[in-house]
Amino acid sequence: MSRYLRFLVPLAIFAVIATFLFKGLDMNPREIPSPLIGKQVPEFSLPLLEQPDTQITNKDLLGKVYLLNVWATWCVSCRAEHETLVQLGRMNKVDIYGLNWKDERAAAQTWLRQLGNPYAANIFDKKGRTAIDLGVYGAPETFLVDAKGIIHYKHAGPVNPDLIRDKILPMVAELKKKG
Amino acid sequence: MMFVRSFLLSLFFLVFATPLHAATLAEYTFEDPQKAADFREVIDEMRCLVCQNESLAGSNAELAVDLRNEIFDMMTAGQGKDDVIRFMVARYGDFVLYDPPMKPSTYPLWFGPLVLLIIGALVLIRALRKKSVTQETELSNDEQQRLDTLLKQPSDSKDAKK
Repeated sequence: MSRYLRFLVPLAIFAVIATFLFKGLDMNPREIPSPLIGKQVPEFSLPLLEQPDTQITNKDLLGKVYLLNVWATWCVSCRAEHETLVQLGRMNKVDIYGLNWKDERAAAQTWLRQLGNPYAANIFDKKGRTAIDLGVYGAPETFLVDAKGIIHYKHAGPVNPDLIRDKILPMVAELKKKG
Repeated sequence: MMFVRSFLLSLFFLVFATPLHAATLAEYTFEDPQKAADFREVIDEMRCLVCQNESLAGSNAELAVDLRNEIFDMMTAGQGKDDVIRFMVARYGDFVLYDPPMKPSTYPLWFGPLVLLIIGALVLIRALRKKSVTQETELSNDEQQRLDTLLKQPSDSKDAKK
């Protein structure tokens, strides 16, 4: 018995370590679980990107399921994900609101004119204070919010068509059903 | 001599080297020295979310600068260390803390090393015990014969070297 144990124990230890390391291979250290899941979108009152004189608040967004996409023209990954967002916008399945993060207004407006505008509206967060309240630590980030203003899901990094089809749209459908 | 001098010189610089981040933090001044100490302590305990191996105090990432400013504003407005920690954890989770709180999800983190130490000690004790108990084993006939012939051989190889 102990003769087998001498070989089995190290083998078992090796197997456990190997499993963890293997799993670690495709884990993303930048994906930090957000404590905001299940919580309200924080209060804000910020100007719109398109109309500097018009303020938009968190209350204006109540009553519908929407995606909140944090982006900026200085963010390279945002450019990479933009086409996906434009396509999602064309599907008309969910409203997308943008949080334009620490950006130049003119540059952001040019970006939307040139690359297409999938957003229902863009919140212009010049100082990045609302982004801090949202726990944003990089762009792009995308939040899924229900009609009561509760955050259900957060994706850090660019969204891709697979993620939208397999994860985001099913969640949107479910949240819309609940009302 | 030369070596001693350069060694002492390096030692001198090492001892009196100021932390790299000291310069970037000069802009944060508090009237109350206790507050200043609290501020330094709290930003040293927070992880920068952009460059994850740096503290908020040490990072020059733009988000780290924003967060430092935010914390500075909070503390000059009269809020304490605990308020700052609550503020940060509410937004970024326990991940921002270099000193993680004790709770079920962090038990492996806190007690894992202790468990490993105990396992290691047990294995070591067993191994040592086994060794002391091990009896001298009897030689088989074959082995005894080989031993005898070896002992009978003259140790000429040693003498030949003279």
